Parts: sequence; C-alpha cells; structure tokens
Amino acid sequence: MTFWILAPIMVVAALGILFVRKAVHAALLLAVVMINLAFLYAVMDAPFLFAVQIIVYTGAILMLFLFVMMLIGVDATDSSVETIRGQRAMAVVLGLLFGAVLVIGVSQVTLGTVVGLDDANEGGNVQAIANVLFSKYVFAFEATSALLITAALGAMVLAHRERLTPKATQADLAAQRMRDYADHGKHLGPLPSPGVYARHNAVDTPALLPDGTAAESSVSRVLAARGTVRSAPAMVDDIDDVRRQLSGLDGHGDPTEMPETSGKDGAPASTTEDEK
Amino acid sequence: MNLLSHSVLLAAEGPANAPVVSPDTGAGGVFDLLWLVIGLPLLGAVLLLGVAPFLPASLKAAVDKHGHLVGTAAAVLSFVLSLVLFVSLLGRDAEERQVGQHLWTWFETGQLSVGMDLLYDQLSALFLLLITGVGSLIHVYAIGYMEHDARRRRFFGYLNLFVAAMLTLILSANFVGLFLGWEGVGLASYLLIGFWQHKPSAAAAAKKAFVINRVGDIGLTLAIALMFATFGTTDFGGVSELASQADQGTLNALGLLLLLGACGKSAQVPLQSWLLDAMEGPTPVSALIHAATMVTAGVYLVVRSNFIYELTPLAQTTVVIVATVTLLWGAVIGCAKDDIKKALAGSTMSQIGYMMLAAGLGPVGYPFAIFHLLTHGFFKANMFLGAGSVMHGMNDDVDMRRYGALRKAMPVTFLTFAMGYLAIIGFPLFSGFWSKDRIIETALADNLVIGLLAMLGAGVTGFYMTRLMLMTFFGEKRWAEDVHPHESPRVMTVPLIVLAALSVLGGVLLLGDWIVTWLEPVTGHVEHHEPPLPALVITLMITAVVAIGVAAAWFLVGKREVPREAPQDVSFATRAARADLYGDAINDGVVVRPGAGLVSGLLTLDRGGIDGAVMGGAAAVRGVSSTLRRVQNGFVRSYALSLLGGALLVVLALLAVNLG
Amino acid sequence: MTEYVVLSAILFTIGCVGVLTRRNAIVVFMCVELMLNACNLAFVAFARQHGNLDGQITAFFVMVVAAAEVVIGLAIIMTIFRTRRSASVDDASLLKY
Repeated sequence: MTFWILAPIMVVAALGILFVRKAVHAALLLAVVMINLAFLYAVMDAPFLFAVQIIVYTGAILMLFLFVMMLIGVDATDSSVETIRGQRAMAVVLGLLFGAVLVIGVSQVTLGTVVGLDDANEGGNVQAIANVLFSKYVFAFEATSALLITAALGAMVLAHRERLTPKATQADLAAQRMRDYADHGKHLGPLPSPGVYARHNAVDTPALLPDGTAAESSVSRVLAARGTVRSAPAMVDDIDDVRRQLSGLDGHGDPTEMPETSGKDGAPASTTEDEK
Repeated sequence: MNLLSHSVLLAAEGPANAPVVSPDTGAGGVFDLLWLVIGLPLLGAVLLLGVAPFLPASLKAAVDKHGHLVGTAAAVLSFVLSLVLFVSLLGRDAEERQVGQHLWTWFETGQLSVGMDLLYDQLSALFLLLITGVGSLIHVYAIGYMEHDARRRRFFGYLNLFVAAMLTLILSANFVGLFLGWEGVGLASYLLIGFWQHKPSAAAAAKKAFVINRVGDIGLTLAIALMFATFGTTDFGGVSELASQADQGTLNALGLLLLLGACGKSAQVPLQSWLLDAMEGPTPVSALIHAATMVTAGVYLVVRSNFIYELTPLAQTTVVIVATVTLLWGAVIGCAKDDIKKALAGSTMSQIGYMMLAAGLGPVGYPFAIFHLLTHGFFKANMFLGAGSVMHGMNDDVDMRRYGALRKAMPVTFLTFAMGYLAIIGFPLFSGFWSKDRIIETALADNLVIGLLAMLGAGVTGFYMTRLMLMTFFGEKRWAEDVHPHESPRVMTVPLIVLAALSVLGGVLLLGDWIVTWLEPVTGHVEHHEPPLPALVITLMITAVVAIGVAAAWFLVGKREVPREAPQDVSFATRAARADLYGDAINDGVVVRPGAGLVSGLLTLDRGGIDGAVMGGAAAVRGVSSTLRRVQNGFVRSYALSLLGGALLVVLALLAVNLG
Repeated sequence: MTEYVVLSAILFTIGCVGVLTRRNAIVVFMCVELMLNACNLAFVAFARQHGNLDGQITAFFVMVVAAAEVVIGLAIIMTIFRTRRSASVDDASLLKY
C-alpha cells in the first residue's frame, strides 16, 4: 500500500526534474524522490539504509549540490532550446525504448516467493549489516575509505587556487594609498562615517558636511546601488515629529525656538524609499 | 652448316679430357717467394695510396715528388723475381712444373673452403713475365709521360694496384681468388680510365667500362656459384678432376657463363663497346691495361678453364663465333677512326678476337692463343706507347688528320712504331707473323669459313695499320701552327726500343714449337689436324691478303691528300665504322632503352597501380574518417546518447538470448 | 516484488533521459544520482527477495561511491565555472575533431 502511494509521487517528482528550468527546483524535486526512496527502504526491512539515505544522501550530498549551486549562481536557468540537433528527440526515443525493454524484460521474469529479511535481520538490521560488512566485505570497505580520502584530496586540489602575486602587506597597502593620492588626488584618510541621528538607524543616511550637503561617500556603495539611501532633508519629518512630541509633552513648547534643521521653506521632502 | 661441323666432330669423338691440375705445394726454394710477386706491387700501392696521404706535409711532398720511383721499383723487382722464378721453373722436369703455395685459408663457410692459394705453372709463368715485364717498361715510360701531372704519385699507386690485382688473377689457384684479381683489375681500370676525372668524357668512360664489366662479372660470378654447387669446390685442381663427371647441361652453362665473363673483360662482342671509350685514360694505361694485359684476362680465363671447355663443344663453338665476329668488328672500326688511340683500340679488340678464336679451337689452339697474346702484348704496348710519344710531341692531340710527316720529327718513335706495325700486320719473320699465321692455319684446319674470315681480318689489319702509319708518319705535315713536334725524352724512348725489339723477336718462342711443348702439360696434348692446304701455301696466302690490304691503304690514303677535317659525305660503311659499328646504339636499343622502358613502366605501375591502391585506400579511409570524425563533436551528451544506444543493444541482445 | 524493480527501471530511464537532455552540469549530476538511487532501489528490493543482506551492503557501497563521485564532480564543475563562467556541459566541448 505504501508503495502505491509513494511510487507515483516519485515518478512525478523524477519527471519534474526533467522539466523544471531552475536547478534549485530540480534539487528540491530530487530531495522528494530521495526521501520517498528512504521510506521505501524502511518498508523493505532496511532501516539502516533508510537512515543513511536520509542523512547522507538527502542531508549531505544534496546539500552539497545546493552549496555549489549557490556558488555558481542560484538563478542560472537552462534555456529550453536544444543546441545539438536531434539530441532531444533521440534521447526521448532511446529512453522510451530502453525503459520499455527494461520493464518488459523485468515483467517477463518470475521471481518466486519473497523470502523476506526477518531471519537475516534477527538481532537488528544494523548489527546484521555490520556483521556482513566487517567480515565478508571488509576489504571493499577498506577500499572505499581509500576512495573517500582520494576524493577529498582531489576536491581540495581542484578547488585550490594558486596565488599568482604575493599577498599585499600593510606597507604595500599604505604605499598604494599614497600613490593614489599623489596620482589621482584620492582621499587619503578613512571614509566619513554615515550621519548619526538620535531617532534613526543611520547607516543608510549620509552624514552632513559643514555646508549642509550630504557626504555621499559616507554611505555603503551597496545601499547606494539598491537605492535605499535616505537623504538628510528627508528627516525633517522625523524632526518635526520629535518636536511635536516634545511640545505635546511639555505643553508649552515653541516651535520657533527649535533649531532649524531643514531647508528654509521647511517643506517635507519625500524619501527615495517612498518613491519605490 | 659448315660452321657447326667442328662441334659435331668433337661430340662424335667424345669428350677429350684436359690435364688435371695438381700443383706441387712443397716445392720450396725460390718458389716460397711466389707471394712476393704480388706482394711487392701491393706494398707499393699501399704505400702510395694508403700511407702517403696521412703523412706529415713535408714528408708527403717528398713522396709526391719521388713516389713514382717506389712504384717503378716495385714493378721492376716483381719482374726480376718473376724472371728468377721462371728460370727455376725451367730447371725443373716437365712433370714438376706446377708449383702451388698455400698462403692462408681465406674463408671457410659450410662446405665451401676457399684458400688463398697460388698456382705457378707454365701458363702463369708466361703471364707473369708479360705482366711484370711490360708493366715495368710502362712504369718507366710513365715516369716521363706523367712528369707534369700533379697527381703522379696517385697514378703510380693505381698502376701498382693494377699490377698486384692482375698478378692475383693470374696466380690464384682457384676461381674465387681469380675473381678477386678480376675485380681488382676492374677497379684499377676504372680508376685509371677516369684518372683525368676533370674531363666529363673520362669520368663517363670509366663508368661505362665499370658497368659493362659488371655484366660480364655476373657471368663469372654465376659460373663460380654453379661450380661450387656442382663440384663443391672452386679450385682449379678440384674442378679439373671432377669436370668430366658433370652432366652436359651444367658444363654448357659453365662454359657460356665463363665466356660471358671473358667477353666483358676482353671487350668481345657483345660487351665490346667500353674499350674504345677507355682510351680516355692516360696512354700508359691504355698500353698496359687496355692493350697488353687486362683485356687479355678473358683469353687467360678460357685457356685456364680448358678442362671445362674441352667438355662442352657448344661453348667452344660459341667462343669461336664470338671471336670471329669480334676480330672483324674491331678491324672494321679500326679502319675508320681518326683518333690514333681509338684506331689502336679497334685493333686491340680485333687481335683479342684472334686470341679468343685460337682459344675456342681447343688444345690445338691454346698455345697459339697464348703465343699471340704475348706477341700482341709486346707490339701493341709498343705501338700504344709510341702513340703516346706522338701525342706527347703533338700537345696531346690525338687526331691523325692533324699529324703527318712525323717520321723526321721523332725518328725513334717512328722506328719503334714501325717495328710494332710490321709485327701486327704479320710481316714475315716479325713476331706477329708467326703468331697470327698459326692461328689462321689452325682455324682453317678446323673450319674453312672461320679460317677465311680470320684471313680476311688479317687483310683488314694490314689496311688500317698502314693507314695509321701513313697518316701519322708520312705525307704532308698537317700540324697546327703552334705545334712543334719533338722526340720524347730518353725515359720514354728506352721502353719503346725494348718493346720494339721484343716485337721483332717475339717469334723465337715458336722455335722448335717451344711454346706448344711448354704449355702442353696445361692445355693438353693433341695431334695437329692437317690443314686443307700445305702450311707454306697458307702462309703465302695470308701474306698476299695482307699485302692487298697494305696496297689498298697505300692507294686510298697514301696517294691522296688527307683532309684536315674528316669528310662527312662518306659511304654508309665508313659512317658505321666511325660510330663503332653502332655498338653503343645497339646497346642502347637492346638493353638501355628496353630497360629504361621497363623501369618507367614499373615506375608508372608503382605510382599509378600500387601507390594508387595504397594512396587510394588511405584517401578512402581518410574520406570516411573525415565524415565519421564529425561524430566526435565534443558534446558529452552526444557521447552519452551513444552509450545509451549501446546499452540498449546489449539489453536487447541479453533478452534475445534469454527469450530465444 | 516486480513493482519495485519496475519502479527502479522507470526512475533509471528518467535519469538517463535527464542526463541526455539537461545542459546544466549540476542538473546532469542530479540525474546521475537519480540513476544511482534507482539502482539502489533494485538492490534493496532483491535483498528482500532473496533474504540476505548483500544487496543492502551493495546499496551502501553505491552510496559511498556516489558521495565520492559527487565531491569530485562538483569540484570539477566549480573549476570549469571559475574559468569559463558557465555551468553548461555543452560549453565544454573543445575536445573534438
């Protein structure tokens, strides 16, 4: 019964891998297939493999896929245009033929009665597997350890990037900065810190220069690119707000006594954020 | 059919067994120094060619200056030793005159064991005297002739090398050693023909001589191989003992192959064409190698192999035919040449034809072949050296049309040359008279046609030699303005005088049939066939024919003005003779062009057929591959698709096997 | 029992087609994982069928190998992405004719 529920889900998910365009979706669909497979293992008296499938496969290997996907760009999508002529048609035809032949071949076979693993799993499936693994398959097991070490080393070698130039020292960086200043007149000191205001987390707000203009370099370039920089005049509202609250609190506050922080006309300027 | 009567006759009589060669190897005494005859000139060659170039500069200059003395001394010492050996041999009984010397075992492989063995018998003794004697004279002559040549040391080194090789050829007791000498003289001949290598014609002539000689050498090589296969040995002794047991086909093949070798070395038709070009070498070389000694090696080979030729009438008949053709061929060429050396070369070819003719006639002819070889060695060397002397005085001009009336300018040369001339035409009592007369007589006794042709050859000889004499020494002087003919120095004329004396007196060897008796242990004893006419009548006939030839030359050349340039509107016969009877054209047409055609055909086949198939196959594979390589498109997913296809096929196959 | 194996075959086939049609290297890897899991399902099913634990052990080993494979594979993808700024398997197609 379990099989008949899980099998269609697995087939649909597997077919989904063929058709979704985003790699992330494919990974998720593969995870579905694998988890369902783990359940099938559980059904088939293989609790150890059930655990390994979930932990190693779904948990580790698939996560590795996702990591790599993040490294090389999550939003990379396959174009649906086939570049090799006849490849898709041939693949489908051959695949169907192959599947048909396999299915027909398998269905020809009479398998007889299922022996079941009750005897083999007596005393626990994990213990039984360990018995076989560390006796009959011990050399293969040792060989896999060598394989895994080799794979780890290989991955390290492949991912390693040779440094082509010596690492710049503090002295080099300082000299470079001086050179930039001499050649292009680039500002020598640290960038100005953003404006700090009492009522606002001011990382996105430029500091004001002595002449009242905003210092653009005081805001992170990323924020500038996103367009989420607030301008100092936009904070007139906030200031008014504060003043109103203050006056409401005292009951006799005089707005004219408050220091002028905005433009002469005092007209509120809309923030760039509002425009978005 | 008259031609074949000779062989039919011999076949009917059954094989006449030649004497077996069995040298006495323990002679001792002076015969132990036999190797020194070869060793001395070889040492000279090694010193002059092998050591001298590596000496310090000052010492080398001295050797360059006086090296010719070393070379001459080596040749003269060798001659003295030969003389001593000859006297010692004379002192022994007739049965003990075969002396052998085992130096060392050359190589031993499987059943074949070839020793460095020497054989000194009556035949080699005569050759030894001829080679070292004439060789020494020519060495002396060359001192004067090559005086102004910067490379005189090298020249004498080559001459010594030649003498050593020729002596090896003569003295070796087996065919392999003979072959060593045979190739040695070929090498020396090549080096000496091309001695003036700055002349392209000399270089080409040397190459031509070398290549044509190789054709003959193939014959000799195959003969030696066949001998080993048949008899298991290449010693003269072993082969002469076993020859009669071989079957007729093998013997015929052996005889013909040896003849091919002899033809190459002795410039017999069809391998004759190199000899005329060989005149590009310095004149002493022409005298020594291409007149007196090396070119007679073929005659020596046939006479030495008498134990084979006696058993194969077919090969003997072939020898006779080849010889007859050659003696006429050479004579005809000699008639038309204006180059004095080439006229003499044609004559040489013709005279060797006489020797071969005699050698082909069997035991009855062998002594006369050797006799004529010796006398020819004297008078032809004499005349070549005389021609060299003339050239020396005429600024190395060889065209007889620009000579004339030289008898007053160089009297010694003229007189000595005249002795040679009288000897070669067979003027009574001169050496050539005796030797040629005997050959024609024997030929007549054997076969009428051959004999008459040989007689005709004697007449033609009279014609061309008289022509040569008249054009060179008589008539009006036709020299160029700047030529001042003068007699050659003493060092050149003395050898001429000695050789002239020998040319006159060479006939003494026939006194009391001495040479026939002397050579009998080697060539075998045979009763003389009575010639169809009395000997005196034949002699008179020959003399008459020669006189006709001389008279014809007198009327055609001596009585007329000799133009300085050769007239072009001449008969076909003259033109043919000037072109060496188209010997080169025949070679060209029969061998070179079909060969070139075959090669170019093979080349076309190779390029078109074989290369085409190979390259076509490669191109096909390449074409298919360049299409198939598109499958390797670099897309992993395509490869995976093929993988899936393969897996599908495997699964299908599994199912098919399981269900089937 | 057969139904487990058939499900396994279907999942395997879907994984195959995914490998062949998807171009994002990470998704291709996920499809490979899907195929491996399909195999594991068959192993576990047959372990129950035959009543011994060898199938489960094999499935366990498959998981280990898959873990190693994913680590290396993802590292390679990272390296490629670092130099080519692309995670498409079709972009890494220089090794060809």
